[in-house]
Amino acid sequence: MIQFLKLLFRNRLAGLGAVVLTFILLLALLTPILPLPDPDITATGDRFMPPFSDGHLLGTDHLGRDLLSRLMWGTRLSLAVGAAAALIAAFIGSTIGIVAGFLSGRTDNVIMRLVDMLMAFPYILLALAIVAALGPGLINALIAVAAVNIPFFARNIRGVTVGLANKEFVDAARLSGMSNIQIILSEILPNVLPVIVIAMSTTVGWMILETAGLSFLGLGSQPPQADLGSMLGEARAALITSPHTSIVPGIMIFLIVMSINLLGDGVRDAIDPRLKSGALSRPLPATIVERKETPPVASDDLLALQDLRTEFHVGDRTYKAVGGVSLKVNKGECLGIIGESGSGKSVTALSVMGLVASPPGKIVGGAVSFQGNDLVGASYDELRALRGDRVAYIFQDPLSTLHPLYKVGDQLIEAMQAHRRMPQKEARARAIELLDSVRIPNAARRVDNYPHEMSGGMRQRVSIAMALANEPDVIIADEPTTALDVTVQAQILSLLDDLRRERDLAIVFITHDFGVVAQLCDRVAVMYAGRIVEEGPTAAILDDPQHPYTKRLMACVPELGGGKRELHAIAGLPPAVDRLPQGCAFAPRCEFAQDVCRQGEIKLEPNGDRAVRCLFPDKVSQTEVTS
Amino acid sequence: MAAYILKRLISAIPVLFGITLIVFLIMAMIPGDPATAILGAYATPENVAKINKDLGLDAPLFQRYFIWLGNMLTGDFGRSFSLNRPVLDEILDRFSATLILAGISFVLCAIFGILAGVISAARQYGWADKAITFTVLIGISIPSFFLGMVMILVFAVRLRWFPVSGMYAIYGGGDLPDLLNHLVMPALALAAVATGVVARMSRSAMLEVLRQDYIRTARAKGVHERKVILGHALKSAMVTIIPVLGIQAGFVLSGAVYIEMVFQWPGIGRMLVDAILKRDILLVQGGVVFVAACYVLFNIIVDVAQSLLDPRIKS
Amino acid sequence: MNALEVKNLTKTFEVGKTLFTKGQGVKAVRGMSFDVRDGETLGIVGESGCGKSTLARMLVGLLPPSEGDIQIEGKVQDKANPREFGQMIQYVFQDPISSLNPRKTIRQIIETPLKRLHGMGKAERSKRISEIFASVNLREEFLDRYPHEFSGGQAQRIGIARALAAAARILILDEPVSALDVSVQAQVLNLLAELKKEFGLTYLFISHDLAVVEAVSDRVMVLYFGAIVEVGPADAIFKHAKHPYTKLLADSAPVVGRALEAPKQKADELPDPLNPPKGCPFAKRCIYATDICETTDPALIEMGEDHFAACHNPIKG
Repeated sequence: MIQFLKLLFRNRLAGLGAVVLTFILLLALLTPILPLPDPDITATGDRFMPPFSDGHLLGTDHLGRDLLSRLMWGTRLSLAVGAAAALIAAFIGSTIGIVAGFLSGRTDNVIMRLVDMLMAFPYILLALAIVAALGPGLINALIAVAAVNIPFFARNIRGVTVGLANKEFVDAARLSGMSNIQIILSEILPNVLPVIVIAMSTTVGWMILETAGLSFLGLGSQPPQADLGSMLGEARAALITSPHTSIVPGIMIFLIVMSINLLGDGVRDAIDPRLKSGALSRPLPATIVERKETPPVASDDLLALQDLRTEFHVGDRTYKAVGGVSLKVNKGECLGIIGESGSGKSVTALSVMGLVASPPGKIVGGAVSFQGNDLVGASYDELRALRGDRVAYIFQDPLSTLHPLYKVGDQLIEAMQAHRRMPQKEARARAIELLDSVRIPNAARRVDNYPHEMSGGMRQRVSIAMALANEPDVIIADEPTTALDVTVQAQILSLLDDLRRERDLAIVFITHDFGVVAQLCDRVAVMYAGRIVEEGPTAAILDDPQHPYTKRLMACVPELGGGKRELHAIAGLPPAVDRLPQGCAFAPRCEFAQDVCRQGEIKLEPNGDRAVRCLFPDKVSQTEVTS
Repeated sequence: MAAYILKRLISAIPVLFGITLIVFLIMAMIPGDPATAILGAYATPENVAKINKDLGLDAPLFQRYFIWLGNMLTGDFGRSFSLNRPVLDEILDRFSATLILAGISFVLCAIFGILAGVISAARQYGWADKAITFTVLIGISIPSFFLGMVMILVFAVRLRWFPVSGMYAIYGGGDLPDLLNHLVMPALALAAVATGVVARMSRSAMLEVLRQDYIRTARAKGVHERKVILGHALKSAMVTIIPVLGIQAGFVLSGAVYIEMVFQWPGIGRMLVDAILKRDILLVQGGVVFVAACYVLFNIIVDVAQSLLDPRIKS
Repeated sequence: MNALEVKNLTKTFEVGKTLFTKGQGVKAVRGMSFDVRDGETLGIVGESGCGKSTLARMLVGLLPPSEGDIQIEGKVQDKANPREFGQMIQYVFQDPISSLNPRKTIRQIIETPLKRLHGMGKAERSKRISEIFASVNLREEFLDRYPHEFSGGQAQRIGIARALAAAARILILDEPVSALDVSVQAQVLNLLAELKKEFGLTYLFISHDLAVVEAVSDRVMVLYFGAIVEVGPADAIFKHAKHPYTKLLADSAPVVGRALEAPKQKADELPDPLNPPKGCPFAKRCIYATDICETTDPALIEMGEDHFAACHNPIKG
């Protein structure tokens, strides 16, 4: 709760809304004990007195009634009626939504048809019809506004409930012996409640407006009783001669609704956990670069990462996702980067072309040298010209990485036309050719498919074709087969292997699978907690891993053909990259760790064509993995 | 495509029936009997019975519903006792005025709302975003009837740019420039809230889409940022925005009731409020059903637009 | 005795149902019959769309079968009632985080089966929870925390603890480690092996990872397009596959030291479930297919010791 308030007041506008609303609420509560004249006493002699008149701070209305008093009583009434309508609508609507969403099937169908029917009315028609039937009056207006908003809550809450009802924890609750009612009350409701609160906080202002509106039309509160809407409605006739009688209640409605909206937005943002991590920010076209020291001199290699450092700044935490990575890859070479989730392998790959989501990502040090030019310091236009043209990407899940609303052919054509002028016809012919080259059958027909009309394997072939479109020098493949079935994976891998041999491509291949690395990559770099712990020719590393992490990681992955056996687990967990320990990040999990391992910087020590970041590589190399 | 449109049209039939039934049932809840309401102080038992028979109110509820429905299908919405003319004639006259007002407002809110939302999202946390967000907040917090009144005070009374109210000048008006002159203020006052809502929704839809993997793919291909925003991102965001537009059309129609009151616009909203205050049930029923039916048809257009945009809908 | 006996288990989903038209039936599980022996680990492998999740949900009573029988520990279950099933058979979910209600403490989560299934009192519950937590190697101080405070591996231990609390003797492990990092996978797999020994459990272990399945199972069952295509001892089924699909799977798995080459097949798409083929569903992809494969769906027959396959042209050897 305290954390919630802190989050809420960090948003200054929400804080302002809260202060204004609290003030108005206090006034409304105190109205009966304040020394105000009776709001309903008429004094025709004192009609339309201007503000700041003697005894009438805000003047009087067309019947000589004190405006300040009427405003305070009217505010009180409008707030009460709006809040009551919101509560009633939220309660009934949410109940309907939860029941329909949880029971699903026929009940759901019937209820939602009815709700749809009610939503087929522009809301005021329904409200007018209800008021017409019940007769004008404040309570009837309240009922009408509440009734009109029930479908809104029902539909919203149903959507959330359907999502929850299919969650695994609901299945688990069933298997734990809970009945439907128990599940609704203890599994669904606590998770739906924040959504109801958000929906209420964003609609209560609206409902106050709507009830005021009905009163304005003369269908809500009846004379002499004042609410803000009826005050405006009655003042309308004298709008031009005595504008203050309209402006006073108008501004009050505006202040109430505005403060509620500000507060409501604040509540929504504070409850929505995505905002806490900063994930609601839109990523900029290129990653922000904030290098403090001068970058290293560019290298001669085709693509070289030099002491690259990428961080995520979220709140007051700094996640060192990539903590100084140096790698290089040359023509015709395939470099594998292997690591677990959170090791920084994907962020490393995305940093190359400035594709790390930013904010919150930032490149804070090092360089990426491509053909002798530093890409980290390059302008957006330079970077854009190289993206997809010289350095192309293939991403993990082809369903989410292809645009769902464009035909695959158009996405291929766009990839080409982003870099060179090409007549549409020629581009289309080339697109078909590309699809053919990644062995998609019936390429001429498939070019007009949308991504959802293809299987996962076919979609990933399209992604590969897109990467090949401009005959790039380097392809960076970020776990391109992880989302695929094993038989499809084998085909995609062999396709990639053939393509790189035919075209002399340089490939950076990111994966967590040693089997894949072994089959595809010439060299491999093993990452742990944002740094490379071991690097070298694939065969050498697989034969004789010298870093304890590499060695243990290989030992805990079963390999097909080994039969039933016990596996060698690594105790403990990888460290969080916002709280890296001193010295070697693997030391807390390492059987060889000594005191020296836990202090100071441990270097990636080169040794022939390989390198290892460990003080005792020989000891590691000579010990069998047991336990 | 044609099959999809046909399917949508057919599925609208039960909705239209439902609408008539809901309206009818709500009206049937009226306490006391309408004849007494019509006759007021002059009600005698004989007169009441006569009116009930004239209005067909002596038949059982469901029979009455089907008679009313059958008549409506043949274009007979009954006769308004307060205006003493056929309900449908009155509705058609009034609805055309509302359509002009609401139609212009809807177009304004769609264009400016989406534009503001896109700029706001593309410049998130920049000064343009802050300015738009602030303006939008004011727009959605100010009651449209109050905004209309303030506009009258400022632009009609003080500055004398536009006429205070009405649809045409009483003397020498009636042409298009005259109409437009009268239309500016009510249309803007009516569009304000809807524009705010569309802008907010468009902003959040764009921000959501810009975080998607396929946007990263477009950038990785080297597509220019302008095209990423206005092509890839906006196209996807429209999938969310179009239904919002459909809902906003309903809100514009609803808000028109207030604006018609404030600006003395001779539209259907004012007609309904008057009819309610005079308890002219046939006029209320007919008006509500007519407008609701138009809104249902409009939503079919929205759905068809949506299916043209998103190929996943039809399959 | 068999822990679980399944006969002709079938699940048909209706798709495209509207108010007026009856939907088309799509068979997600097409007549599976198999036994799970007491105390064994039966591995179940198959790719997406093979029906393994549907099968698992039917076995724990979360989904009523369209046809067929389920017999658990000799008792026929004729109604899908997770409450009744839950005392005999439990489920460990793939995604450990989403299988825990984010708004409940770990204690509340583990307590539920003790309270609802076994009606235990408060003192008894708290004693039992301590025992269970000790056996899954978790510290008791975790009990009053919420799920988001745990890593995937810890959350999966909590999921296992909940299944143990129900005191069922059969556990369905649905991809229990595929959401976990490799270094954590082995921890959880080893824990499962210990628990099995300690409590005499029977496991159905569902996974797409052949190497993991082979490492933990006694027997393995291979599914394709909603049916069993091969079942046999874990140490033989991949080495001496009878069914061409099993062989394709085994040859596709990336293995250190094997050259990269996609195994041969004619096509790579699953049949359309709305329009299933008359014969063997694998025929279109199979390099050994003959005419009979196009017309007749082969039955599961014994082809070696405890080794069954559904194929007209099984691989010799």
